[in-house]
Amino acid sequence: MPRVARVRSLLMGATVLAGALMSGESFAQEDTIKVGILHSLSGTMAISETTLKDVMLMLIEEQNKKGGLLGKKLEAVVVDPASDWPLFAEKARDLLEKEKVAAVFGCWTSVSRKSVLPVFEELNGLLFYPVQYEGEESQRNVFYTGAAPNQQAIPAVDYLMDVEGVERWVLAGTDYVYPQTTNKILQAYLESKGVAPEDIMINYTPFGHSDWQTIVTDIKNFGSAGKKTAVVSTINGDANVPFYKELANQGIKAEDIPVVAFSVGEEELAGIDTEPLVGHLAAWNYFQSVDTEANAEFIETWHAFIGDDKRVTNDPMEAHYIGFNMWVKAVEKAGTTDPDAVIDAIIGVSVPNLSGGYSTMMPNHHITKPVLIGEIQSDGQFEIVWETPGLVVGDEWSDYLPDSKDLIADWRAPLSCGNFNVATGKCGGKGIN
Amino acid sequence: MMLLRALCLLLLSSLLLIGPAGAQETSVNALIARFAEVNRFDQTEALVRELGATGDPAVRPVLEALADGNLQASKAGGAVYIVRGSGKNAQFFDPLTSEEVKDVATSGLRKVKVNNALRRAIRDTLSSLTLRAPNREQRLAAASNMLSNPDAAAIEALDAAIAEEGDPAVRTRMEQARAAAVLQSDLPDGEKIKAIEVLGALGDRTVLSLLEAVEMRSQGELQSTAAKAASSVRTKLAAWDAAQNVWFGISLGSVLLLAAIGLAITFGVMGVINMAHGEMVMLGAYTTFVVQGAVQSLLPGLQNWSLVLAVPIAFVVAGAVGIAIERGIIRFLYGRPLETLLATWGVSLVLQQAVRTIFGPTNREVANPSWMSGSFEVGQMMITWNRLWIVLFALAVFALLLFIINRTPWGLYMRAVTQNRRMAASMGIRTPRVDAFTFGLGSGVAGIAGVALSQIGNVSPNLGQNYIIDSFMVVVFGGVGNLWGTLLGAFSLGIANKFLEPYAGAVLGKIIVLVLIILFIQKRPRGLFALKGRAVES
Repeated sequence: MPRVARVRSLLMGATVLAGALMSGESFAQEDTIKVGILHSLSGTMAISETTLKDVMLMLIEEQNKKGGLLGKKLEAVVVDPASDWPLFAEKARDLLEKEKVAAVFGCWTSVSRKSVLPVFEELNGLLFYPVQYEGEESQRNVFYTGAAPNQQAIPAVDYLMDVEGVERWVLAGTDYVYPQTTNKILQAYLESKGVAPEDIMINYTPFGHSDWQTIVTDIKNFGSAGKKTAVVSTINGDANVPFYKELANQGIKAEDIPVVAFSVGEEELAGIDTEPLVGHLAAWNYFQSVDTEANAEFIETWHAFIGDDKRVTNDPMEAHYIGFNMWVKAVEKAGTTDPDAVIDAIIGVSVPNLSGGYSTMMPNHHITKPVLIGEIQSDGQFEIVWETPGLVVGDEWSDYLPDSKDLIADWRAPLSCGNFNVATGKCGGKGIN
Repeated sequence: MMLLRALCLLLLSSLLLIGPAGAQETSVNALIARFAEVNRFDQTEALVRELGATGDPAVRPVLEALADGNLQASKAGGAVYIVRGSGKNAQFFDPLTSEEVKDVATSGLRKVKVNNALRRAIRDTLSSLTLRAPNREQRLAAASNMLSNPDAAAIEALDAAIAEEGDPAVRTRMEQARAAAVLQSDLPDGEKIKAIEVLGALGDRTVLSLLEAVEMRSQGELQSTAAKAASSVRTKLAAWDAAQNVWFGISLGSVLLLAAIGLAITFGVMGVINMAHGEMVMLGAYTTFVVQGAVQSLLPGLQNWSLVLAVPIAFVVAGAVGIAIERGIIRFLYGRPLETLLATWGVSLVLQQAVRTIFGPTNREVANPSWMSGSFEVGQMMITWNRLWIVLFALAVFALLLFIINRTPWGLYMRAVTQNRRMAASMGIRTPRVDAFTFGLGSGVAGIAGVALSQIGNVSPNLGQNYIIDSFMVVVFGGVGNLWGTLLGAFSLGIANKFLEPYAGAVLGKIIVLVLIILFIQKRPRGLFALKGRAVES
């Protein structure tokens, strides 16, 4: 074995030196299937994405223990796009052209996904995208295993309205595409439910905002008008810790003004003392505290793999778990890793998720998931207080936005369209895809 | 007919009164035991209300434990315990007698789940139970809760409590709560006008919304009184809002000052464009994290004071790294600002990735000591303890630096070297050592800033990047080479930012501040306090 390894590293070195002289042939003869992992390991997004790289390595290792795929071993190819959006596209091109990976698992921010879309389209690759996002997109080469707005935001608002009796809303978010689109959908949804415009306050803050004094005071004042108030937070990553610290210090309790967050999971809470935050909410499709056998096994494998039993699991990790298993199953069904065959085979594939049910890949390349609402506990975990009775199908084109409500996506033949307009009967409504 | 009805009513009410009184002990027990049977939140809530309706103060510990998530019930049903501690250290107590119960099989227990709605119900129930509790704080909390959630049905209970209340502060709060409840009731207008007078004196936002509600749905004298009271509350609140903004500005300014003051030395005094300045702040924050962990395991009694201990250690760590950078890299690049910029930027990336490799990419938790948590009120203004301490800390660091630079021999050497290096050297000052010391001092102060900033933000490898731009902004705006300029620059930027934010929003506010700085620099290229004299020309 060491000999083989040496030969391979020699070959690799030769590739670098000789460049174009070496073609992909030398790799084609090896019996591994390459899987690309496109997550930032340095820069601002490393905080969230490094964990996803680790979980992919774990899943690939587990699959190899089970005998690999189509009789071949899987081989992970890890690249670091360094939280730099144009670099995502370059690295994606490397993975597909040079490394000839069969599928890529990666991206976190919407802007990084948008930056790699043309590459995957051009080179006909497969991308599994594991993070909740704003919707308004469906691409032939991309599989969205995170939540669409109707799988996270809308059920959360329903919960607040029905169970907590909320009548006044603060939509607070970081100033970029995901919060803006989500808030637009939520605003339309709330108004359709009869909430008056003056009972909705929308607030945006820059990335990494750290001085929340004014905004938290504003929220408190907005909430003292005698109507039950809640905050719907699409505040991103880094800015959350100072936001929650300020909430705690100004004494805003969850019983008075609950905050429901869409970007705060177990991983983000790891940096905060959660004692004063008990009762604030988050909406996800998975929590580490989900009480199922599959989840217990997943957590155990994760702790053994990472060598630290304090590390938490979170929703995007589950999304990769589901996405990876779907891909494996689709490849087995198609008998090949050829992208076109896999794209056809994967629709309708069902795999177990970690919350005790099955998730299915739908023709719009989104998956079915349960929606869970959890309350923050003093140990940094969530306690599930509500869940949807069944699975929710990801809705790529929101029904609440006027210019996308007539659009649907269906990648099965003969329609094969990501933005079919049911009103005009034509493919190619809104959007570039 | 009337007589008959009155008689019936009397009979009924006496029945109701006598009925539960006889069987109270047993019924409370039976009610508590039912926590083992409930599965849904609405069932638990109904049970809480039933417990509250017994009016028995003995149910208080049970409800408190339930609200805190410390109530566990056996899955088989029947037994309910209050739990303290977790895992192997868990202790179990009888919910009514508070006696410890030994040998409880933990595997057969489940937590009685609570959610926000339930916590609210518990809080309301508790406040009706604790309105006449022997503990002053509990009574005050109960009255405050009734004030913010006024309910006409509580008037009688409040009247009874007011009659026997001895503490003037609690009594006032109860009277205010009663007034708020009166406004919700259908008592005659005269009563309500009196209530408005009581509340008008209090004048906070809850009161304002109550008054506005009264104004909306009443007529005549009541309406005009309510309108007058509401407008006077509004005027008062506007003044408080302005004061609050000033405070927020000072507090933001103190954060800027802390972040920038180290840079004011390395960049301002030495003229080194140090892009790794933010990473010194980050090292300070990580030192705080390490010190906190060490204190936790070695001296658990001093946990609340680990932050104080972290200050000198962070200074030494960041200062040592600073000296190493100066001796290793920067001294070869004096007089070549562009190369210094690139080299220190490279150093900052190396430090970031090193921390990411050692501590991991995720946030680290630095706990807030109890003396830095929570807040207190000054009139209608809320001041949080952590911000107050940071303001004081920033000023103390500033004063200390000023002292070092102006009153110590080292400070004298520093000033001499920066004003005229060759002259200083010919006077016998060892300029390389002074350079190293100055850079170490600037870095060390940045490390100290990291200790303070760990209290309000993330402790992550990216921490430094969030502050580097702001730091340069403050130093350039304040005037390079002048500590007083940095002070004034930090506070004026902070206050300007906070006054713009309510009108322009956080995103636009920041942009406006940047544009204003650009315009200002056009007019005064050397900042607020420009150095004058020969030092400038060289």
